[in-house]
Amino acid sequence: MRKTPEIPSASMADIAFMLLIFFLVATTMDVDSGLERVLPQMPPENQEQDDTPPIKERNVFSVLLDQYNRLMVEGEIMRVEDLREKAKEFMRNPTNSENLPETKTTEIPLLGNIEVTKGIISLRNDHGTQYGTYIAVQNELVAAVNELRDEFASERFGKTYANCTNEQKSAIREAIPSRISEAEPKTIGGKK
Amino acid sequence: MSKFRKSNAKEVPAVSTASLPDIVFMLLFFFMVTTTMREVTLKVRTTLPTATELSKLEKKSLVSYVYVGPPQKQYTKMFGTEPRIQLNDQFAKVSDIPDFILAERAARDEAEIPFMVTSLKVDEFTKMQIVGEIKQELRKAAALHINYSSRKKIEVK
Repeated sequence: MRKTPEIPSASMADIAFMLLIFFLVATTMDVDSGLERVLPQMPPENQEQDDTPPIKERNVFSVLLDQYNRLMVEGEIMRVEDLREKAKEFMRNPTNSENLPETKTTEIPLLGNIEVTKGIISLRNDHGTQYGTYIAVQNELVAAVNELRDEFASERFGKTYANCTNEQKSAIREAIPSRISEAEPKTIGGKK
Repeated sequence: MSKFRKSNAKEVPAVSTASLPDIVFMLLFFFMVTTTMREVTLKVRTTLPTATELSKLEKKSLVSYVYVGPPQKQYTKMFGTEPRIQLNDQFAKVSDIPDFILAERAARDEAEIPFMVTSLKVDEFTKMQIVGEIKQELRKAAALHINYSSRKKIEVK
């Protein structure tokens, strides 16, 4: 039988390189990241209005953003930088003050009886608010909750929240709930 | 002793390139596996806002993207400079979002639908009105899990 000539493999590397370069160019390596939030469920259309009990004034932490990106928290103008501390103080209520939210003693597995805050953060923005400002405010509010959880975790379990086991995490989440409600936007302050 | 010594011992032998294709193939396979193709050409400019409390989008195949921002230069004649929504490869209206979400759902496995995330890539300077409308549409479509795409802010303490 006649010997078949060998296929030259010298160009193999070149072909592979070409493919490699194609994939290098087409690849996006950047990991998408962002603020994760869950929207509230749409209420059923034929729902009766107002079957929930009204929320007490002291339990609501109102955050308003107007069309000029000004921030008003609990009735006073504030810088975004100060929002985190204010929100933490609201959620913690260290002195059991009359103006800060009530707490409710709840039994949580792993933790025992814990004073859980009834506070709700209510965020309302204007149609004209800039998205960047809105995200900055959202970020501060999420950061406040995250910091509280971290502090609580290191106090109780001696490690950061991220290092806790899943049971511990859910216990902490129950002890320090993240209740950020977003009202339907409306035009605040003047006409556009 | 001279038996083992090569006659031209002074010359350094050339480095063998026989394994080069294998190495390149290895790299190639790595990139082929890790790659996700760019699926859309962006028609809007999105400069993402910065934030610190980021969480990563774990499964890219389960993410649907909504882009909002001012149209890129070559489209400003037709679409103006006001922020617009882009779904897939084209400009869209707010009312197109429920259909888009349904189409995205239909393209996935039924078991994976509860884990789907909508990533909002919105330009920093967009007004909230359009974002609020999108959020309402997403609520109507019951796509409640969203992610405000943002860049990592370097915190100065």
